[in-house]
Amino acid sequence: MNKPELGPLQRSVEFGTAVAMVAFGALVIVGSVQAGISWGAEGPRSGFFPFLIGLAIILSSAINLVQCVRSPQAGLFVEWAQLRQVVAVIIPTTVYVVSVGWVGLYLPSMLLIGGFMIWFGKYKPIHAIAVAVGVMAVTYVTFEWWFLVPLPKGPVEEWFGL
Amino acid sequence: MEEFAHLFHGFAIVLQPYNIMLMCIGILLGVIIGVLPGLGGANGVAILLPLTFSMSPTSAIIMLSCIYWGALFGGAITSILFNIPGEPWSVATTFDGHPMAQQGKAGEALTAAFTSSFIGALFAVIMITLLAPLVAKFALQFGPAEKFSVFFLAFCSFIGMGKEPPFKTLASMMIGFALAAVGLDSVTGNLRLTFGFTELLNGFDFLIAVIGLFGIGEILLTMEEGLSFRGRAAAINPRVVWETWKELPRYWKTSLSSCLIGCWMGISPAGATPASFMSYGIAKRTSRNGAKFGTGQIEGVVAPETAAHAAGTSALLPMLALGVPGSPTAAVLLGGLLIWGLQPGPLLFVEQTEFVWGLIASMYLGNLVGLIIVLTCVPLFAAILRIPFSIIGPVILVFCAIGAYTVHNSAFDVIMMLVFGVLGYLLKKCNYPLAPMVLAIVLGDKAEEAFRQSLLISQGSLGVFFSNGLVGTIMGLGLVALFWHLIQTGFSRLRHMVA
Repeated sequence: MNKPELGPLQRSVEFGTAVAMVAFGALVIVGSVQAGISWGAEGPRSGFFPFLIGLAIILSSAINLVQCVRSPQAGLFVEWAQLRQVVAVIIPTTVYVVSVGWVGLYLPSMLLIGGFMIWFGKYKPIHAIAVAVGVMAVTYVTFEWWFLVPLPKGPVEEWFGL
Repeated sequence: MEEFAHLFHGFAIVLQPYNIMLMCIGILLGVIIGVLPGLGGANGVAILLPLTFSMSPTSAIIMLSCIYWGALFGGAITSILFNIPGEPWSVATTFDGHPMAQQGKAGEALTAAFTSSFIGALFAVIMITLLAPLVAKFALQFGPAEKFSVFFLAFCSFIGMGKEPPFKTLASMMIGFALAAVGLDSVTGNLRLTFGFTELLNGFDFLIAVIGLFGIGEILLTMEEGLSFRGRAAAINPRVVWETWKELPRYWKTSLSSCLIGCWMGISPAGATPASFMSYGIAKRTSRNGAKFGTGQIEGVVAPETAAHAAGTSALLPMLALGVPGSPTAAVLLGGLLIWGLQPGPLLFVEQTEFVWGLIASMYLGNLVGLIIVLTCVPLFAAILRIPFSIIGPVILVFCAIGAYTVHNSAFDVIMMLVFGVLGYLLKKCNYPLAPMVLAIVLGDKAEEAFRQSLLISQGSLGVFFSNGLVGTIMGLGLVALFWHLIQTGFSRLRHMVA
């Protein structure tokens, strides 16, 4: 048997997911009732269909919950070391997606690509910078010049006059 | 026989050097558009539409429809290599296509996908040629109840066929429906489930969800397994194409049934997405290797690709004959028709024979040219997999962000993409299937609209879904698919009792 301290148990995570789904279903029902679930002049009102959906979410998640409790210990969800790897991607990516709205797409993208290459790939900084700048330059030309799709830009791009 | 005379006239138009050149340019642009994130077929055609204003309508439609074929081919490339379906109908291609790429069989998967696409499209074009005059009549019979029954069948076959626990499939699907319902209610125009957040006004676009659930989720899973990008052992050479071709005729049954499903779903305006899912489901049930689907079976690539292209191609028929576009891209093409001063409808076939048959002829040739172009590039595409993950990983992240942003030019969508990514990772690890959720996000609004319209017609009675032979049969098939597990166990028990 796996030792429990190696990582979160599969059963606990599944239990938590199912509970979250029940809560989500309840939220959908609340929203549907706000929109009106009765039969109006226009036929079934806006909340009618989502209300049924909310009920179905709660019902199916409740069954999943029961099945999860009844199931035998099913081993680890993931090892802590692996989870650390995943979180090590999620955190910089979170910073990245939030910053895209503030400083544009290009600079954060270069930092993400370059940082990822140096951190995980152990590349030399000069190589990382070359790839990062190169990829974003190709992106710029393809999207902004060729297909005329403007991507988000911030103060740095403005400073360059792009 | 009159149709054949028209068709040959159409070929004569298409074979002019100028039009052949437009065709090749269109295919190349289309493949690029299909591979680039956020530039799906519909966007690509819309962006390039202004280029065609100076051309004659026939040349213009040849180029635009070739962009469309190119984008359809291109969508399969990212699905197989990176598990990122560029278009909703490529989602089913990822189920077996991506595992194949992970096992080092990217070349085989791509060849199978391209070839099946070609076969599906060819079948549909032949059918269009033969049926063009008859189809308008049939499509007019499709009311809201019939439409809903087709969606019902697609969803039920998911719950019944999946190897995941049925209630997890159901929960995942219903969450997709709930996400689709957020925002503006398409029937009444009321807001719902937004809880006062203006960002939720437009609801959740399926593309954002797909990019997050599949693209980002896949990167997180790869990270967990320690950076090994598992496709790099691919031995790629032109012989792969030949070897795969020798294997493909074995799956003729899957091909044929997928062609039929695709054509039927394309004409009855259900579209390519349910067609690809349903055909995958049916192939999984009927194939001898059905149990192994999802682990990298070539048949699992053949079925959805064939059906999607058969449906995508035959969707052009209701667009031309009735002015009802069967897909977003067909809708943009329809916009083009109106700009060029053509009025879609049954009269188009009478008044604009050169245009209609030029288009049909270009479907034959465009798909052939497309197949040749993409097949010659298979080694090139597959070589992308040899780039180390620490480089390609962040580049995929950036392209996912670009794709998510360009859907609505909204930075909020980029954040939602990451939320979906983490959700996708969690659900996948908990053994919830993601495909039903995506299908529900894609079709949720349409299914709800059809459901409510049917109820409105019947004044709230559910009997409308069994009110005539056509809708009753489809609903009945749906119920059989839904309870397939129970029916199967019942049968085997009966057999035991008899024996």
